[in-house]
Amino acid sequence: MSHEPTESTGRVREKISVRGLSKVFGSHNSTFSALEDFNLSVDEGEFVCIVGPSGCGKTTALRILAGLEDASGGTAEIISGAPGQQPVNSMVFQEQSLFPWLSVIDNAAFGLEMRGASRKERYRLTEPYLEMVGLQKFRNHFPSQLSGGMKQRVSLARAFANDPEVLLMDEPFAALDAQNKLILQDELLRIWETHRKTVLFITHSIDEAIALGDRVVVMTASPGRIKDEVRVDFERPRDIVSLMTSPEFGEMSLRIWRTLEDEVRKARLHDA
Amino acid sequence: MRKQRRLSHSAQERLLTILSPIAILCVWELASWAGFFDQRFVPSPTKILGASWHLIVSGELWEHLSASLFRISIGFVIGVVPGVLIGMLMGLNRLVRAALDPIVSATYPIPKIAILPLLMLVFGIGDGSKIAIVAIAVFFLVLINTMLGVRGIDKIYFDVSRNFQAPRHKLFLRVILPGALPSIFAGLRLSAGVALIVLVAAEFVAANSGIGYLIWSSWETLVIEDMFVGIIVITILGVLFAFLLKEAENLFMPWRKF
Repeated sequence: MSHEPTESTGRVREKISVRGLSKVFGSHNSTFSALEDFNLSVDEGEFVCIVGPSGCGKTTALRILAGLEDASGGTAEIISGAPGQQPVNSMVFQEQSLFPWLSVIDNAAFGLEMRGASRKERYRLTEPYLEMVGLQKFRNHFPSQLSGGMKQRVSLARAFANDPEVLLMDEPFAALDAQNKLILQDELLRIWETHRKTVLFITHSIDEAIALGDRVVVMTASPGRIKDEVRVDFERPRDIVSLMTSPEFGEMSLRIWRTLEDEVRKARLHDA
Repeated sequence: MRKQRRLSHSAQERLLTILSPIAILCVWELASWAGFFDQRFVPSPTKILGASWHLIVSGELWEHLSASLFRISIGFVIGVVPGVLIGMLMGLNRLVRAALDPIVSATYPIPKIAILPLLMLVFGIGDGSKIAIVAIAVFFLVLINTMLGVRGIDKIYFDVSRNFQAPRHKLFLRVILPGALPSIFAGLRLSAGVALIVLVAAEFVAANSGIGYLIWSSWETLVIEDMFVGIIVITILGVLFAFLLKEAENLFMPWRKF
């Protein structure tokens, strides 16, 4: 349960490998194909963002990787560097997912507790992350006493404190207001910089995807497939606000929007 | 100066909540003296107070109270423990639910008082039948509320537990039990009220001790003051149980205070 940064061996290893993944929901008389021939490869230490229209199956892909859903076909695996020593993945959920009956510190230390860490040890490992998200003063509060932004901060701390090989994030900031979103994106990058874990981040915001990711993957409307990939080479550490106001950012955002636009329209037709 | 003398709104409210019952008692007392009520059926508050003192000093009240408390507490425990356990199993396991749900649905609506004669055949006319009727009444309420509580736990908490690879016993202790606790306590609150009702009713018809017996026998012998004492004691018990459960809720569910 040590928090060593990933050692650099020079060559980059593949960390997430998704091949020909498909997912069909429903019974034989009414089926819905959420994913079809979905392929993705994420390198170790890479921060990859997936954008796609609502209902394109991006959350489904993430849930299959997290082991919360079974695939209908194909494979989705996280290639563990140290099997059995470290949890393979931890997920940050979109909706409120803190346990109302656990204090902030116990929520953040949940993963470590489930893995059998003693109270002293799990608090010691968790507290630095609470500090990073600015909630050490609220360690003994309950979630109902926190604002939406603070709750999502605890969710981030919970995932990081579990020290997984891969972080899976399902639109963690979607429910927050614009200002809180900016602050949390910034905090996420700051924490991420300390260990540079592999991250797969799902969003429907193009700007968020560019601001955070090393690579942005654009998905098609359902059934979800990969439509385009854009490498984001802005240097790190990033200052999100000044980055967002740069012309390069705008160009990239526009380019991704052109690719995504058709898919959003298709998804809208689907709904109608 | 006037501002200082004036009471705050909350102080005014508190004062009124104390004063209004006292006022009613005073009116009642005066009405009794003035002969508005027939003293044989509605004794004055001071007479009831006197009767209470008499019953306390003679030890009679304690004898009835301890008999009722014994029956209700043993019956409560015997009902709650299997109620929670079976309710948990039914909430967690689809097959257990499918097997037991028809039985529960068919037996729950039976008015508990209706089976008192049957219980007396099985458990005798002593404490056994009273304990059994309390236990049965409590069992169903706790079972149903526990099952609903477990089933009502948001799916997201199971997703989180699965993602963080919670072992079974920790999933139960850290997620399922606290998640169902508010509903379990709702069941306990309902049970406390219903337990008092069935106990008093059972003691009316088939007992020679207990608060229900005190009320009934005082009525039969027209010692109406004692009957009122019994009613007041049973009311105090109801308030006391509600208070104790509230305290237990604060203790076991500290997150609900906020």
